[in-house]
Amino acid sequence: MLEVFIFSTLNGLVTGLLLFMLASGLTLIFSMMGVLNFAHASFYMLGAYFAYSISLHLGFWMGLIFAPLIVGILGAVVERFALRRVHAHGHVAELVFTFGLAFLIEEAVQFFWGPDTKNYQSPDILDFPLFTLFGQEFSAYRGFMIAISVGIFIGLYYVLTRSRIGIIIQAAITHPHTVANLGHNVPFIFMGVFGVGTALAGVAGVIAGPVLTTFPGMAVVLGSIVFVIVVIGGLGSLGGAFIASLLIGLLQSYAIASNVGMPDLLNLVGLEFSRDHPLTDLWTLTLPQIAPILPFLLLVLVLIFRPTGIAGKREQ
Amino acid sequence: MKTLAKKSAIWLAYLGVLLGLPLLFDSILAITIFNQMAIAIIFALSYNMLLGQGGMLSFGHAVYFGLGGFMAVHTLVMIEYETVYFSIIYIPLIGGLIGLLAAVFIGSFSTHKAGTVFAMISLGIGELVAASSLIFVSFFGGEAGVNADRTYGPAFFGIEFFQDSEIYYLGAAWVFIATLFMYLFTQTPAGRMANAVRDNPERAEFIGYSARRVRFISFCAAGFFAGIAGGLFALNYEFITEENLNAVTSGRVLLMAYIGGLGYFIGPIIGAVILTLMNSLLSNYTELWMLYLGIMFVLTVLFLPRGFAGFIMMHRTAWIRGKLGSLLLPYLITGLPALVFAIAGVAMIEMLHHEGEVFHFLGIPLESANLSHWLMCTVLAAIAYLGCKRSLPQLREAWESANAIDEAGEEREAS
Repeated sequence: MLEVFIFSTLNGLVTGLLLFMLASGLTLIFSMMGVLNFAHASFYMLGAYFAYSISLHLGFWMGLIFAPLIVGILGAVVERFALRRVHAHGHVAELVFTFGLAFLIEEAVQFFWGPDTKNYQSPDILDFPLFTLFGQEFSAYRGFMIAISVGIFIGLYYVLTRSRIGIIIQAAITHPHTVANLGHNVPFIFMGVFGVGTALAGVAGVIAGPVLTTFPGMAVVLGSIVFVIVVIGGLGSLGGAFIASLLIGLLQSYAIASNVGMPDLLNLVGLEFSRDHPLTDLWTLTLPQIAPILPFLLLVLVLIFRPTGIAGKREQ
Repeated sequence: MKTLAKKSAIWLAYLGVLLGLPLLFDSILAITIFNQMAIAIIFALSYNMLLGQGGMLSFGHAVYFGLGGFMAVHTLVMIEYETVYFSIIYIPLIGGLIGLLAAVFIGSFSTHKAGTVFAMISLGIGELVAASSLIFVSFFGGEAGVNADRTYGPAFFGIEFFQDSEIYYLGAAWVFIATLFMYLFTQTPAGRMANAVRDNPERAEFIGYSARRVRFISFCAAGFFAGIAGGLFALNYEFITEENLNAVTSGRVLLMAYIGGLGYFIGPIIGAVILTLMNSLLSNYTELWMLYLGIMFVLTVLFLPRGFAGFIMMHRTAWIRGKLGSLLLPYLITGLPALVFAIAGVAMIEMLHHEGEVFHFLGIPLESANLSHWLMCTVLAAIAYLGCKRSLPQLREAWESANAIDEAGEEREAS
């Protein structure tokens, strides 16, 4: 029991931190532009694919450096030449545009790389067990994922709260006109933040590609969950996104590892149903079975009872 | 009275088109496409009740379509086993009622707010229902879905609906009724208030309307008509799967409504027709039609924010003032190079796709290994791009002179 608990905690941590890398960029972009970027997970997918192509020629580490750069530049271009244009038509148009972009990127990925799964491998250097616990190995690559994610979180936090650039960004989010009057190029700052946000998604893609498999559907798999996190954490709140990422990561990991279900619950209250009851699917439900829908259940509940999320600001 | 006569004429023309289409195009393929269009039109119009008229961006509208469809298929099965006994022409109504029921339940908590909160709840509900449909196998049939046979039950005036063309007329009748009622809904106080709440919920609340209740009414109506579309889907295909209530279908209806034009009642109809045509015709010619669809969607959002209907309506002023003719030549001068540019671009995309083999593009054999083909396309695209760019100011000028309102005109409009 203890080993299951420890390993699902570790796996939940890996997933949660990975989700945070996506959510942090998404929530930054949201607080800046007031629009949820549907294509955010698509940039994550692009990161994985670029890194795969680079790793074929130059190895994994070059992919880790260059793929996020390419993705970040691509994101900045999208902001500069498309999103800024759509911005004039209102928030719905922006949301719909990013939705269309996500659709287009998925098709483009299939066009350039094909619909099949790519054999994107983690580097050989990290191909050893970091430690062995209760006879189960924890791979060094997962440890590396945790290290990178935590490093990015600390770096991002430091830059945003301690550096001059971070202070300007924070000011530009709340008081764009004042910041512009002080002589800063606000549209350029926005473009930069969008680029950095998508580059972070790219990093997540690079390091998640080998573990979560690189295929054209990988954006869809993670996309809506990242949305859930950003909303549960409170739109625009970095700290909230961090808590929500870990929460969702751990929740899913525990739910998958557990083996409780409706039959146990019914036994507890002394009820029993035969197999051919019309609602048999309901009486035989198990927790691992509903693990994929738990985040969405949580999302709906949070939106109904606390629409501002864990750490969101009260709406004006 | 004059406007009433004019409006009746439009509706009669609509009915005429619906009834006349299978006489003009009577191939099996055409009938299949028309049936798909009928479903898509109702579905897209119902979506526009939410987004276009009510200002609620939904990412889970397929839930009501799918639930209505599933219940319709189950009702067909019940008719087959004679649990219930009525003609299948009422099946879409069953779907609609289920859609309404689901919308009443979900709308009771999701319509508190519009905007991002509503969009996120709809996304969450959509994912929840789609995921649950794979868990509750006995109702949703798992990945395989459920199927039925529509030919049981009492015949309707001797028609037993063996053929698709018979289903077409049934579908056309439902499309006409649904379109008419959805249009009439926009004319009711509830429909008008939906517009008011969309534009300024605060002001609507100040004059005594509950924004939430107004949204709720629109939401339920949209769910009802989406369910009708689902019921029609069930009748047409005689099966339904989990795919019909998941995010893909929800996304598709958003695409249809947006490409068609959200601000106009006719917009979603145009969008549904275009997308169905692309879906069934373009897919015969190229495997990449989804890519082109994506490009078209993104370009529409970028350059035609009011969709195709908005583009057509943009010419209203020029038309009323009799200056539409003066726009024709500038349109041709800019449009032709744009078309050539698009064709050259598509040719290059296809060359990339057909790597290492010869294929025919518009009757011209092309090969990706042949460098001169690449050169030809690039040069063609470059020339077309330049031509387009050079002629754009002229088009803009012609547009402005056609739409410029002189002093007298302004006064006339003001009075």
